Amino acid sequence: MAISKFNYNSFNVTPVASKALAFNSDADGFTTASGSSMILIKTLTASSSGTLSFVNGSSDVVLDDTYPVYKFEFINMHPQTNDKGLQVNVSIDTGSNYNVAKTTTFFRAYHYEHGNEGGLAYQTGHDLAQGTGFQDFTEGGISNDNDCSLSGEFFLFSPSNTTFVKHFMGKFNLIKSAAGGVSINSFVAGYANTTSAVDAVQFKMNAGNIDAGKIKLYGISD
Amino acid sequence: MALSKADVNNINVTAVASKAIQWNSAADGFEVGTLGGSMVLLTTATASGSANLTFDSSIDSTFDSYVFKFINIHPSASASFTVNFRDGSTAYDATKTTSYFRAYHQENAGGGVLAFDSFELNQSTAFQDLSGDSVITDNDSGISGTLQLFGPSSTTFIKHFMANINSIKAGSPPEMKDSYTAGYCNVTAAIDGVQFKFDSGNIDSGIIKMYGIV
Repeated sequence: MAISKFNYNSFNVTPVASKALAFNSDADGFTTASGSSMILIKTLTASSSGTLSFVNGSSDVVLDDTYPVYKFEFINMHPQTNDKGLQVNVSIDTGSNYNVAKTTTFFRAYHYEHGNEGGLAYQTGHDLAQGTGFQDFTEGGISNDNDCSLSGEFFLFSPSNTTFVKHFMGKFNLIKSAAGGVSINSFVAGYANTTSAVDAVQFKMNAGNIDAGKIKLYGISD
Repeated sequence: MALSKADVNNINVTAVASKAIQWNSAADGFEVGTLGGSMVLLTTATASGSANLTFDSSIDSTFDSYVFKFINIHPSASASFTVNFRDGSTAYDATKTTSYFRAYHQENAGGGVLAFDSFELNQSTAFQDLSGDSVITDNDSGISGTLQLFGPSSTTFIKHFMANINSIKAGSPPEMKDSYTAGYCNVTAAIDGVQFKFDSGNIDSGIIKMYGIV
């Protein structure tokens, strides 16, 4: 039968917030431990939102040297206005400005529901060359039909590093606003050309609000 | 500062290296458990001359997305590796529109091409080809990769999915193929099952793991 006399600070280990109590590798003592290497940090849910921002140190967001890699997952991002696309920018001043210079690539595969057209190509209109504006995740806009959306993932590497530029990569699937419906599979990659620490990331539609959808921030540990 | 009251042998469970201590299901004692995290292993399916590998439970609103990992999927006969989704009935026949492209390179240095290819679907209920061609059956060859399904339990939105697999195309010389498939199940009904199979023959061996992403 279990003995019910131990409180959280009764164990021979220093408590660490949000960590688990585990047996050590020799099974002869205790240690603190994390679960898998992918840790959910923050979920933001859009509700007619102009932007969704993840700012280090604000609202429980961690975006610093705690993790070497950060991952964002996008679940059914829905634009309030038809034919608007999701975008990203980063900040080096905890969200006061989202205007870091970026050089990026963008390509996508597409295929229409009617089956008469599909292809794969680089899209010169959606890349950046030292641009400080927001980076597109989509070619064209997402349909705002009730059942249409964008889902995908976006990785940011070592944002707090003050030696190197900051690489990022994302891939997405969406339904483009177009006659007949189009599946777009887009791939975005590049770097924020700064040696300052990136400490905030912001997502928005290129016009209008984010009507609905979730963005989840994960830290991926060593 | 931690107090040194309780040592490892003061807990009424058998210590297991690197395992966590958790309350039991009755919340009246402790037990040993696996450490949690945001990527939770739900099911491991191991093929052995299997006609298909089917995941027909645990796909619900518990997680926002589900990830399938393919580890050395080996066919009994040269065939294409495919997927389909269940949207409310017992059949794996959700309507899908998809895109497909691949890079390939042959063992004799031929190829080296990146292009869209005609393995996409348009409003089709058929199985989606993930390998793009029939794969080789050599004993040392298999398919590995991943597929992610987003928001399967939503009854508002269509269901996006994205896959990336490596395979070896049957033929001479063997051809390394890096396939990218993406699209959506064009249904608002919940997706509650996913099935993988070759378009002919069996899955001789291999493992598919399904994870829920918290």
